[in-house]
Amino acid sequence: MSQHTSRPSGFDAETRTRLEADAAEIVARYPQARSALLPLLHLVQSEEGYVSPHGIEFCADLLDLTAAEVAAVATFYTQYKRRPNGEYTVGVCTNTLCAIMGGDQIFATLKEHLGVGHDETTDDGTVTLEHLECNAACDYAPVVMVNWEFFDNQTPESATALVDGLRSGDLPIPTRGASLCTFKQVSRVLAGFYDGRADEGPAAGPATLAGLEIYREQQEAEREGKHSASKSATTEKDGDA
Amino acid sequence: MTMTLTPVLSRIWDQPQSWTLPVYERNDGYQGLRAALQKAPGDVTQMVKDSELRGRGGAGFATGMKWGFIPQGGDKPVYLVVNADESEPGTCKDIPLMMANPHELLEGIVIASYAIRASHAFIYIRGEVVHVLRRLQAAVAEAYEAGYAGKDILGSGFDLEIIVHAGAGAYICGEETALLDSLEGRRGQPRLRPPFPAIAGLYASPTVINNVESIASVPSILRHGADWFRAMGTEARDDVADKDKPRFRSKGMTLFSLSGHVNRPGQYEAPMGITLRELLDLSGGVRTGHQLKFWTPGGSSTPILTAEHLDVPMSYEGIVGAGSMLGTKALQIFDETTCVVRAVLRWTEFYAHESCGKCTPCREGTFWLVQILRRLEQGKGDTEDFEKLEDICDTILGRSFCALGDGATSPITSSLEYFKDEYLAHFEHGGCPFDPAAATLFEPSAAQGAGGRTR
Repeated sequence: MSQHTSRPSGFDAETRTRLEADAAEIVARYPQARSALLPLLHLVQSEEGYVSPHGIEFCADLLDLTAAEVAAVATFYTQYKRRPNGEYTVGVCTNTLCAIMGGDQIFATLKEHLGVGHDETTDDGTVTLEHLECNAACDYAPVVMVNWEFFDNQTPESATALVDGLRSGDLPIPTRGASLCTFKQVSRVLAGFYDGRADEGPAAGPATLAGLEIYREQQEAEREGKHSASKSATTEKDGDA
Repeated sequence: MTMTLTPVLSRIWDQPQSWTLPVYERNDGYQGLRAALQKAPGDVTQMVKDSELRGRGGAGFATGMKWGFIPQGGDKPVYLVVNADESEPGTCKDIPLMMANPHELLEGIVIASYAIRASHAFIYIRGEVVHVLRRLQAAVAEAYEAGYAGKDILGSGFDLEIIVHAGAGAYICGEETALLDSLEGRRGQPRLRPPFPAIAGLYASPTVINNVESIASVPSILRHGADWFRAMGTEARDDVADKDKPRFRSKGMTLFSLSGHVNRPGQYEAPMGITLRELLDLSGGVRTGHQLKFWTPGGSSTPILTAEHLDVPMSYEGIVGAGSMLGTKALQIFDETTCVVRAVLRWTEFYAHESCGKCTPCREGTFWLVQILRRLEQGKGDTEDFEKLEDICDTILGRSFCALGDGATSPITSSLEYFKDEYLAHFEHGGCPFDPAAATLFEPSAAQGAGGRTR
């Protein structure tokens, strides 16, 4: 297939060398090279902020696949972007549970406030707004994800403040997660390059600990119950005596 | 009977730095592995069989039996693949588990790999949870450093490579054979079975695929014994012949995830067989001033249930007896402010969006289900639409390539069973008779502190 002249040419030599070194590390993790394709697509996305035609060519070259084979995979998965993404993807869960708990109102508010729709980016290039499917945080509904970090228990007001913070550079702190990094930086972590930030953020939020907390209260009550039971037993004995 | 909670998987989640190796080791971490390495691999599998642990990812297949299907002594490598692609709507147990204590999973992985003699273990985690991915990456590095992974684990001569692999956003990859295709660098589309993964799975080699919670339950079984695990849970119903068969009863503790219109949503680790009523009593009940309308026992692919099912034991058999499935134990609770048609339409839109397109009944069927449900929600449908819906569901159910198609029909057929009047009310009202604002959690009466603080 001929190259589209309107598209930027391939990676420059220096970038290509650097990406090839990363790619070799990724391929080496797997018993068979093709398993590296998803992480490689995350890798090229970390370089350009989306999976570009030459990002696809790069993956195809490395794994000895055709560009069509790589494109067929890249277009299957929603996290791979086909046009330049904003610095922050703001995903509002609008699957049933979050939607009913208020996700629909949050999405509508952000759409109006930002002036963009689903999978569109603000003019300043900071925020790409998205509808999300269930992100496995239903006990914190309604949920908003920013670059795949959790912002739990949102309201239209808190979500508006959240995107305002992203756009002004006063970065909001995820409820459960590390301090925000850019879409490109996050894509690199997804490619399997650990960024050393696992120790940021809490182990769990209040909902995660709800059952454990009730259990501890039950244990405490049982201990006190036994304590007072033995006390009253003593009193009874005393009374008998 | 008063049900008590039984935190095992969740027991250290409230400790500072609970995700780190030193904290895990101080709490019996990797003691299960040490016990396993003292046994022959086949004995470890036998112990898991004896515990009667069944899969926690939805299907409830016996974990030990699955391990036992792996042919031993062949010339092909054996693989363990952990399904950490938690995406079933309502399901939110594996992600918090891996965030709070990834080592519980890793210990289970090493034990399981030893039992099935796997050389490589893969954790396929969905890509949309980057901090959980970090916690796994860091934990795997710690495990290698401490000699729990890599070459000659704890001097046993057993070698294991653990690879953390992030997906890229596709619900279908939670289906085990689609997951394998995705892990091989392809579009995530399900495979025809047989051959089953135990014979020809990853790279056409024998492969065990287990859910995160299933594998994370294994260290506790090695630490405390199969009898301890089996002491929790349900017995077979009296009318069942072969009552001693594990497939007729549900053993052990498990994570129930309560979400929606409840006062205290969250993770509740309890023995199999607890009822929703007991769980609601323990946790503070349905949103104050409201009543339970409908709920899912195990995510959106399990038929909805109503208040008449509050006393059904939440076990594999108990929920099947009520006409649904235990699934992932994702208890999504909706009160009377919720429009069931809106809920079902949204789930159906999800299945249409996530249908991989491989088979016609699911690809075309979910599309048409959405068109009809949209019409119904707008009050523009008629009673013939019910027949069309049921007809399409009948064409999808059992005739699609994988369980995604089957799951797509569950909310529709179950809601028509319990709430046909509500569909009819949409015709009469000329649209949805509900106020969506009343259902939100930030209604003035229900307003609670919102997260997402700004610095």
